[in-house]
Amino acid sequence: MSQRIGRPAGFKFNNIEKRFGTLYALRRVSLEIAPGECVAVTGRNGSGKTTLLRIASQLTRPTRGDLNFSGLSDGEVPSIGYVSHAVMLYDELTAEENLLMFARLMGIPEPEKRAVTLLEATDLASRARSLVRTFSRGMKQRLAIARALLQEPGLLLLDEPGTGLDTESMAWLVNTVRGLRDEGRTIVMSVHGESALSQLATRAMRLDAGVVFADTRSGATFQAVFAGTEA
Amino acid sequence: MPLLSNTAVLLRKELQSEYRSHELLTTASVFILIVIVLFSFTFDPTSAESRQFGPGLLWLAFLFSASLMLQPCFLKERTNDTLSALRLAVSDPFAIFLAKLCANTIFLLVTELLLLFVFAVFYNVAVLSVFPKLALVFFLGSMGIATTGTALSAISSLARMREVLLPLLLMPLLVPVLIPSTEATKALLEAEPTLRWDWLGILIAFDVVFLTALWLFGEYLLEE
Repeated sequence: MSQRIGRPAGFKFNNIEKRFGTLYALRRVSLEIAPGECVAVTGRNGSGKTTLLRIASQLTRPTRGDLNFSGLSDGEVPSIGYVSHAVMLYDELTAEENLLMFARLMGIPEPEKRAVTLLEATDLASRARSLVRTFSRGMKQRLAIARALLQEPGLLLLDEPGTGLDTESMAWLVNTVRGLRDEGRTIVMSVHGESALSQLATRAMRLDAGVVFADTRSGATFQAVFAGTEA
Repeated sequence: MPLLSNTAVLLRKELQSEYRSHELLTTASVFILIVIVLFSFTFDPTSAESRQFGPGLLWLAFLFSASLMLQPCFLKERTNDTLSALRLAVSDPFAIFLAKLCANTIFLLVTELLLLFVFAVFYNVAVLSVFPKLALVFFLGSMGIATTGTALSAISSLARMREVLLPLLLMPLLVPVLIPSTEATKALLEAEPTLRWDWLGILIAFDVVFLTALWLFGEYLLEE
């Protein structure tokens, strides 16, 4: 069995194509994301951002092309943290039960301690024993981010992580992502336009109709990429 | 072993969810109760007729209630996309199936054993003396239904006509469970009860074959 590694991992898309029936979500996308990069992916609705992140997380199999991970030895697989549009939490369990269950599944040592640490970090400790179904969208989103951070992932994939967050929670998210970026973890996040979150990126990418339309590491051109005026 | 520890964690979650909601057990119990009572009033069978036709009726009721119970099995994992979270968390995706089929077997078995006594009262059939043997037949039959049903629930949860698809796929596939379960139950309810190992052998073989197939190919059923 392959061993999950929390070391920063990158990935390479080689001519990846994803079709849903006759609809192309990604068209022969080739890109390489190095370990430790912080990438902001932008694009209109339906441009393929979510599909790109789901393929990178190995939740969706591409129709054509290969996905390879870098920064790991043979037999190692990256530890991936993924936050999607859906909160990926059980409404009928409490916040603490959700985190404990996923921590146990991931084989995290001292799962109780890790759950408490993350509940405190997300300011949800006082609601630890409340059912998730009683949470607001913003609280669910914070808990979803806590779930993604449980195993201290080497590759963090965030699909519009700011959804439903108020100003304070957004500030917490920005600080958290900044901390993870500074630790050298690989982060790929989909964002809508320029925000405090996108400003953390060291690379900006724009998708349009399943094609990488713009890709830059030059901070000076980030604004044009996010505004969609780079062409 | 990660497979067993993951299965135990997920099974606990399934039981905890059901303990809080009572959704599956209530729906299945009420359904079986209605079938048993309605048939009893409609045909008003004698004790001999009950022993002859009762087991078939009982297993048909179990099968229909199972299709109700199995429907939300994977559907509820799609609501918040928790299935994706599970796939990222477990080291072996078979643990997801194993936990669900264990939970479904337990839910089915509990419902069947509870409703067996209602059946005994309405159809005037003695079940206490053969209860342990009946429990064995019910366990093997329920496991067959749960194994096949859990796999089909994963498939149908992705389909557009999901509410109709599961029963349509499940009923024909479960004929090899329905016949031996009915025959083995009938043999136990006769005036001189016998445990028919030939029928039980077919049930065991069915369970082993479908469990192995699920272990080998289950991962593909979880993909989008």
